[in-house]
Amino acid sequence: MAFDRREFLKISAGVTGAASLGAITGCAATSATPAKAAYKVVIVGAGFGGATCARYLKMWEPKIEVTIIEPNAHFVSCPTSNGVLAGLAKMEDITFTYDYLKKAVNHWVADAVTGIDTAGRTVKTAGGATISYDRLIEAQKTIMHAWKAGPQTATLRKQLEAMQDGGTFVMSVPMAPYRCPPGPYERACQVATYLKKAKPKSKIIILDGNPDIASKKGLFEAAWKKHYGYKTDNSMIEYRPNNMPRSVDPVKMMVGTEFDDVKGDVINVVPPMRAAAICQMAGVRSDSSGTWCPIDYRSFESLTVKNVHVLGDSTLTNFPKSGSVANNTGKMAAAAIVEMFNGREPDSAPVVTNTCYSASTEGTAFHVATVFRYAPEKIAADGKVTPAAMIAQKGGGVSKEESELEFAYMESWAKNVWADTLGLPG
Amino acid sequence: MKKTLVISLMFAGAAGALSATSAQALDTKARFMAANCAYCHGPEGKSRGAIPSLAGLEKGYFVEQMKAFRDGSRPATVMQKHAMGYTDAEFDQLGAWFAAIK
Repeated sequence: MAFDRREFLKISAGVTGAASLGAITGCAATSATPAKAAYKVVIVGAGFGGATCARYLKMWEPKIEVTIIEPNAHFVSCPTSNGVLAGLAKMEDITFTYDYLKKAVNHWVADAVTGIDTAGRTVKTAGGATISYDRLIEAQKTIMHAWKAGPQTATLRKQLEAMQDGGTFVMSVPMAPYRCPPGPYERACQVATYLKKAKPKSKIIILDGNPDIASKKGLFEAAWKKHYGYKTDNSMIEYRPNNMPRSVDPVKMMVGTEFDDVKGDVINVVPPMRAAAICQMAGVRSDSSGTWCPIDYRSFESLTVKNVHVLGDSTLTNFPKSGSVANNTGKMAAAAIVEMFNGREPDSAPVVTNTCYSASTEGTAFHVATVFRYAPEKIAADGKVTPAAMIAQKGGGVSKEESELEFAYMESWAKNVWADTLGLPG
Repeated sequence: MKKTLVISLMFAGAAGALSATSAQALDTKARFMAANCAYCHGPEGKSRGAIPSLAGLEKGYFVEQMKAFRDGSRPATVMQKHAMGYTDAEFDQLGAWFAAIK
């Protein structure tokens, strides 16, 4: 579906003058009076957060006019992309059409955002369009090396295929917080699964910037021991904590840390992360280090800039930066915006969940699951919501051990979250 | 929507002061909580693959199972961790929501 810019600009121009009315007037749930002007929500980025938010906005309040700005032609899933590295899946298995999502929203703009005017409530794109909004939702993915599934995933897979038996794969883990906390350790498992079969003399060196395994530590150590000889003389996996890469020499194929230079045949360094560039454009990357975006948990609206919401990995929260959380927080923002549109208060104490699976081999997996509840008492005297205001409930935690059943659940989870995010048919 | 109106009218008749807004608030809360389950159990509780569907489950059965997950009498991988995070009233709301999906 091609975007007709002329038509879109016409629509934009038509409602700009009245755009500010929608939020304030609203209408009662039982009222038959239609909204006078289109209430415009513009979503930048159709990942797990942005796409889900768009779908649920339209499902829960069809009167809201939803625009998605997304430069990529297809959705590529980061969750389960480590399976591509292991040779268990192909890129096409984790690549999905946006066609169903395009049908669900009012406008689809296949373009990149180049500027945001938060006072005038407009977004500019590389193609020259100016798009006005009542609420802007920033859901662009954070960018990193093969830490956003796509061509880099395929390249890394090819490099592993080309590596000789006895070669060394050097990978790094960035300092927390980063996207998908168990992801790097799962990547080590999945690459080891492949090497164990195809190149059993090879080694994996994990250079971790953190002082210890940052997620599912006991489960990963148990899996590494059980399947890959971890902590024996013949271990396929060598884990080095407090080893932040400082330099990469692509000619000599060396990664420099504070301690030494590590040679690799295939190198995968994941750089430190921060919220997406569009967050900086809107001035919402406003924590003390200018890295992440503080938000109100009830609506995901920025604490710094009105009418700008931030979803997914870019937020400053104590949520794990997982696909499940991005999917569900997309719904939280949608629910809050629908309530405000209808002149009601958003849920004052939302409850939201995370479930995140990691594969330990080609047929086993384990999980972490947590229910979070908003705790209004954690709001500071100045009314600001602290990152700790979303409280992990008692009872949450990790699997007792890896299992084949959880691998089947992981596969089912992936199918369901893809369907829920993109509106894929059953 | 029709159901919401009926509930509203009942409230109006019984208490007078209760407005449609409170019934609507309850409704949207259940709707959001149920949507939370979708990333594992599928959109509208209709699952693909090994994870069971929730759509159309009888309310009493749903609530009973959630309580069994919570107290550990029904073994589970993930569900005890979720069940422990919700109240009995929320089990009822979720059960009613999923039971209503055809």
